[in-house]
Amino acid sequence: MYNTEILVIGGGPAGLKASLSAAEQGAAVTLIEREPHLGGQLVKQTHMFFGSREQYASERGFKIAEKLNKQVEAHPNINVMNNATALGYYDDGVVSLEVDKSFATINYKAMILATGAQENTLMFPNCDLPGIYGAGAVQTLMNVYGVVPGKRVAMIGAGNIGVIVSYQLLQTGVEVPAIIEALPEVGAYHVHASKVRRMGVPIYTTHTVLAAHGSAQVEKITFAEIDRNRQPVAGTTKELEVDVLCIAVGLTPLTEILFQAGCQMNFIAELGGHVPQRSDTFETTIPGIYIAGDVSGIEEASAAMVEGSIAGLAAAEKLGHGKEQYQAKLASARQELASLRNGPAGLVIRQGLEQLAETREVNS
Amino acid sequence: MRIEKHPLLTFSKGEQVTFQFDGQPVQGYEGEPIAAALHAAGFRVLSHSRVHKRPRGFWCAIGNCSSCNMRVNGVPNVRTCVEPLKAGMAVETQKDKGDLNV
Repeated sequence: MYNTEILVIGGGPAGLKASLSAAEQGAAVTLIEREPHLGGQLVKQTHMFFGSREQYASERGFKIAEKLNKQVEAHPNINVMNNATALGYYDDGVVSLEVDKSFATINYKAMILATGAQENTLMFPNCDLPGIYGAGAVQTLMNVYGVVPGKRVAMIGAGNIGVIVSYQLLQTGVEVPAIIEALPEVGAYHVHASKVRRMGVPIYTTHTVLAAHGSAQVEKITFAEIDRNRQPVAGTTKELEVDVLCIAVGLTPLTEILFQAGCQMNFIAELGGHVPQRSDTFETTIPGIYIAGDVSGIEEASAAMVEGSIAGLAAAEKLGHGKEQYQAKLASARQELASLRNGPAGLVIRQGLEQLAETREVNS
Repeated sequence: MRIEKHPLLTFSKGEQVTFQFDGQPVQGYEGEPIAAALHAAGFRVLSHSRVHKRPRGFWCAIGNCSSCNMRVNGVPNVRTCVEPLKAGMAVETQKDKGDLNV
């Protein structure tokens, strides 16, 4: 049985910042991460971040990870456990772990869940063929391990992930003959979308994939224009020979532990699915259980980092640490988060959070 | 299908090692995920679905989805997208549920 003051689950941007902010307030933190290295999905992100200096604007994701990892590993109040996977939550609050392939348990006074998200799948005939991969998976394979997924890749989804990964595929010499998007508009930031367009990649809006074809792996896809009811328009079917089909149709929060713990969960499509109800310091309906990052609602890494900072501050304060600077630090972090969500890109998040707040009132 | 030259990234690789994939020798780099080594060597079918025995490759590459489960050194259901490669590993395609009494 391990013991700690604050348990942080997940060593991505949210968990790293949560650990740092709680530790700086004087709390003893244990950060568990299932991978052998910290950084979460930042380690595969080669694009530059937006936002302000506080959120590492103009820095590339993997560089941000290097910085944060160093700070966390050097901090005397943070104990990092790599190769440690949270397995479950018990009635008495104990969390069970797999640590280096052995079973263990951990006791804590407050917990911050920063478990992140997983990629959504898409259903169509032969959608399970080898060669059909999550766009994030391809990004990991390429940018972390230096392996290209294939020679010719079709991308489903013109949000930021779909467009950014398409660009990164082109950078390594892989062909991207099409980006296919069901919505009438490209969701990605203009700067990313115009880059791939300049490189000659057509973005087919109001189109969807009809089927993948191939026996042991994907060899071809068919796709078509769709009408208002998302039905294929006759006579618009196109064929494309590809050896990889990437799916970038959003993410779903990894909320298993929150469900197990009995936190109040609400389905908010704008936030990516079931998300926990939370206070303005990211405490769930179970006192002492906090959330940060994609598990609280799908958003960018910049926002995840600020949420981590807030949850870390609040969890430490609850345990009696850093009371004197608490209000000032909290106010500044909240201001940062509000400014990140201020523009048109933050509209969906703002709508989702409003809906969540309404649900809270209905339920209470 | 490894990236030889990348405009932004350098890849730190472990030692080149040989492992067995369904009995045939395959080369990879120590410490990279087994699935990455297989993919680089051109093997994309990693497992088969339980009921219809349809071929499966990896899907998420971060240890979430179980699509890449294989038998490694006799142990079934190893998530090969996150399991580090070691020299001499016996990696096998899995077609059944696997038995933990190994």
